[in-house]
Amino acid sequence: MMNSMHMREAVKAGDLLPLGEKGRPRVGATLATLFLSILFLVLPALAARAMDIQQVTSPKGITAWLVEDYSVPIVAVRFVFDGGSTQDPVGKEGLANLMTGLFDEGAGPLDSEAFQIRLDDAGAEMSFEETRDGVYGSMRMLAEQRDEAFDLLRLAVNEPRFDQAPIDRIRAQILSGIIANENDPDTVAQHKWARAIYGDHPYSRSDQGSRQSIAAITQDDLKTLHKAVFARGGLHVAVVGAIDAETLKKKLDMVFGDLPQKQALTPVADVEPKLAQRLEVNYDLPQTSLQLAWPGVKRKSADFFPAVLMNEILGGGTFTSRLYQEVREKRGLAYGVNSSLVNQDHADALIVTTGTRSDRVAETLGIVRDVARQLAEDGPTEAELAATKKYLIGAYAISNLDSSSSIAATLVELQLDDLGIDYMQRRAGYINAVTLDQVKAAAKKLLTAEPTIMVVGPPLAGAGKG
Amino acid sequence: MTFQAEWLHGTLLATSLAFTLTGSALADSAVPPNTKPAEFKVTDFLLDNGMEVVVIPDHRAPIVTHMVWYKIGSADEPPGKSGIAHFFEHLMFKATTHHAAGEFDRAVSDIGGSNNAFTSYDYTAFHETVAPSALEQMMGFEADRMRNLILTDDVIKTERDVILEERRSRIDNNPQAVLDEEVDATLWQNQPYRIPVIGWMQEMEQLNRIDATAFYDKYYRPNNAVLIVAGDVEPAMVKALAEKTYGKVARGPDLPPRIRPVEPEQNTKRTVTLSDARVSVPSFSTQWVVPSYHTAKPGEAEALDLLAEILGGGNRSRLYQAVVVQQGIASSAGAYFQGTMLDDTNFTVYGAPRGDAKLADVEAAVDAEVARIASGGVTADELEKAKDRYVRSMVFARDKQDSMAEIYGSTLATGGNVQDVQQWPDRIRKVTADEIKAVAARYLVLARSTTGYLLPQQQAGN
Repeated sequence: MMNSMHMREAVKAGDLLPLGEKGRPRVGATLATLFLSILFLVLPALAARAMDIQQVTSPKGITAWLVEDYSVPIVAVRFVFDGGSTQDPVGKEGLANLMTGLFDEGAGPLDSEAFQIRLDDAGAEMSFEETRDGVYGSMRMLAEQRDEAFDLLRLAVNEPRFDQAPIDRIRAQILSGIIANENDPDTVAQHKWARAIYGDHPYSRSDQGSRQSIAAITQDDLKTLHKAVFARGGLHVAVVGAIDAETLKKKLDMVFGDLPQKQALTPVADVEPKLAQRLEVNYDLPQTSLQLAWPGVKRKSADFFPAVLMNEILGGGTFTSRLYQEVREKRGLAYGVNSSLVNQDHADALIVTTGTRSDRVAETLGIVRDVARQLAEDGPTEAELAATKKYLIGAYAISNLDSSSSIAATLVELQLDDLGIDYMQRRAGYINAVTLDQVKAAAKKLLTAEPTIMVVGPPLAGAGKG
Repeated sequence: MTFQAEWLHGTLLATSLAFTLTGSALADSAVPPNTKPAEFKVTDFLLDNGMEVVVIPDHRAPIVTHMVWYKIGSADEPPGKSGIAHFFEHLMFKATTHHAAGEFDRAVSDIGGSNNAFTSYDYTAFHETVAPSALEQMMGFEADRMRNLILTDDVIKTERDVILEERRSRIDNNPQAVLDEEVDATLWQNQPYRIPVIGWMQEMEQLNRIDATAFYDKYYRPNNAVLIVAGDVEPAMVKALAEKTYGKVARGPDLPPRIRPVEPEQNTKRTVTLSDARVSVPSFSTQWVVPSYHTAKPGEAEALDLLAEILGGGNRSRLYQAVVVQQGIASSAGAYFQGTMLDDTNFTVYGAPRGDAKLADVEAAVDAEVARIASGGVTADELEKAKDRYVRSMVFARDKQDSMAEIYGSTLATGGNVQDVQQWPDRIRKVTADEIKAVAARYLVLARSTTGYLLPQQQAGN
C-alpha cells in the first residue's frame, strides 16, 4: 500500500521539474508555491509579531540571522555556501552531489560508523544537499543536546574525512540511481530538455553526473572542492529555535570561524534559455507530459513582482488560476496544470507543466497556448489582480514560515537574494504597488515569445499543432 | 545528495504515519519553563448532532488549520464502485445550493489561505489553513457542502475525466505504482485494501451521478465526521463557532459499524512480477499481513513500530548496516509498518542491488536479517535507541501544526481516540525486547508472504 493518499491537486508541478532537476526555491511565486497545498501561512501584518529576526555577528566575523523561539525545545540551523554543481569540473560531473553525501560519513577523529552513532546519540539530524548554485547544510537538534550536535556539525564542516570506503559506497548508490533511471522517460526527457535550453552551459549537466563522470571522481577531487567552496566569503547562515544570541555567537565561531576567508570558485556565465524549440521524447505511455518554457525575469529586476502576479494569475498555486480553470475545471483535460517562475543565479524562465492522455495532447496544448496568448494580449482584469495581490500577500508564509526548519531556510534565501532583514515587512508594499499596466506589460513581454515545448509520450499524429 | 530509489518514498510516507505523537506526551521531559501550560493541551467534545471535535491550541503564529475528516475511505466502497470515495472528494469542490462552483476556493485564496483534500483507505479529509478570523467562514463553507452539494451529469463527466488523468499520472505512467497495485491485490485476499484508493480504471469510467448521490447521502453526515482545529484558537471559541455552523446540520441515520471482510488464514508464499522496459535496476519488496493499532492486541502494534525502526528504519538499522554497508550488495534496504489503519495492515521489507550484485542475493540477505531478528530478538541498546528516536521525532513533530492535526485526525478516523494518541509514547516506552522478538516470529513468516519484483524487460532469447 504505497500510494495511499490521493490529493485533489498535485503537490508537484508535474513529473518534470522545471529546468532540469533542481531550481533553487525563491521567495515570491516560484517553485516554492507549488507546494502550498499542504502547508501553512502567516498573514503579512503579522510577520513582525511572529518573527523578530536578529542579526548576530560572532567575534570572528561570522554573521547569522536568528529567530529566538522557545515554544518547542529544538534548534534548526540552515546554511549555504555559494557554488553548487556548476563547480563540478568537466568530466567529473556529480562531484558536488557526491560530496554532500559524505559529510555524515566520517569527520575528524570519527570514522563513518563512529560519527553516525554519535549523531544518533546526540538526537540530531544532519543533511547536506547541493543545487546548481549552492551547497546547503541543515541540522535539527534537541535544545538540551545542542552542544553535542554543534560539535558534530563543526567536525563535518571543517574536517570531513572523505574515507575511501564511504566514497565507494555512496558512489555505488548514486551509480545505481543513474542506471535505474536510464530508461525512465521523465529522466531521459529532463536531460534532453536541459541540453536543449542550456546548450553548453553548466546548467545543462546532470547534478548526479554520468556513469563515467562519477567513476572518475577521486578523494583529492572531493578535498579540492570542499576547500574551494567551504569558505567564509560565500557563507549565509540562519538559526531558529531555543538559543540566544550570545550562545549562538560562540557556536558560529566554533563551526565556521576557522574556515578560510575566500572561496575559490570557477566563474559561471549567465545564460538565456533557448526558446522556440519543439522537443519530442517518444515512449508508449498512457499519459503524455507537456512542458513549456517562456522567458523569465530576474529576481532583482523591476519587473519581478509584476511577473510574479502575472504568473500567479496564469497558473500559480491556487485553484482559481486561468490554466487550472480552463484545462482542468472546465474541460477535464488534466489532473495537474501549473506555471512557475524559476529563478536561478544564472538563468530565469517561466515554466508550464501538465499531462493528458495522448489523443487530447493537441487540444490541451492549444488551450494552454490560448490562455497564455490571451493573457499576453489583454492582461488580467482588475478584479483578478486585486484578488491575486491579496492571495500572494497572505500566502507568503504558507511555504516559507510553517516550521522552524522552513523559517531558517527562508532566512537563508533572503540573505542569498540580498533582500534585507526587514524584507518581510516591505514585501506587501511591493506587491500592492504593482499596477495593472505593469502586469499587462509583463504578460506581453514574457508570453508573446515563442516557447520551447517538450512532449513526452507516444508520437503525435498531427505534429505542429498548437 | 540525491539518488533516486522508488522505495524511499514509501519509507518516508510510512515513517510519517508511524510517528504518531502529541506534544502533551513530552510534558515531563523537555518543555521549557516559559511555555504556557495551555499550549498543546488537547480538548475534545461532541456536538449534539454527533460530530466529534478536537482542538489543539498552538499560539506560536496567528494561523489555524481546520480539517474535517469523514470516516469513509476506499475500503468502505460498494463492490464494483472502486474509486467512488476519491471521486467524491473531488466532487465536494463543486457548486452547492448556497455557493457557486469555485466560490469556496476563491474565498480561501482571497485571504491567502490554502485548501485541499485527500482520500485514503479509511478516511477522506478536507482542510483549510487560514487566519483565525476566517475560521467561522471556513466552517460555514464546510458545513454547507456537507449536505448541500448540487451534482449534475455535466459536472460528473468533466471531473471523471480529471480522475482518469490522475490515475494515468499516478499509476499507469509509473511501473512501480502498477506493481504496487497488483502486489496489494495479491497480499490481500479478502480485505478491501486489495483495491486501489484511486480505483480500477474500468470501474472509475462507469462512476455516475446516481452512485455519487447515494454515497453522499449515506456518508457525508455530521455523525460520521471529525472536526480537527489546530492553531491559534481557544476551545471555547471553537465550540461556539462549531455549534453555530456544523451544529445546524441535521444528524443523519446511524451508520452501521465499519465491519468489513477480513483476511482468511493465509498459507502461501506468493510472488508478483512486473517486467518493464523503463526499469533498469531490479528491486523487490516483501509484505506481510499484520495487526494495526486498531486490531492489535495491547502492545503488539507498538512492538511492530519498533521492530520496523530497528530492522529497517534508517541508516542505523540492521538492514541498512548489513546489506548496504557491510555486505555492500544493495543501494537501498529497509522496512516499514503502517499502523494507523482500521483493519489489519501490512509490514514491508524492501531492497535493490547495486553493482554486480544480484537481486536474489539482496533478497536472501534481507530475509536473513528478518530471520535473525525473529530468532534472536533485539538488543537492549538497539531498543533504547529506537525509542529515543521516536521521542525525538515527537518533539520535532510539535514544530508543525498540520502534523499534529493529521495525527489526531487519522487516529480518530481509524477507530482510535484522543487518549490513544496521548498515551502512545508511554506505551512505546513499555515495549520489551521479548515483545519485539515475539511479533517478528509470529508475523514475519516467509511461508505466508507476498513478494513483488520490479524487473527490467527480458531481452529476446534470455
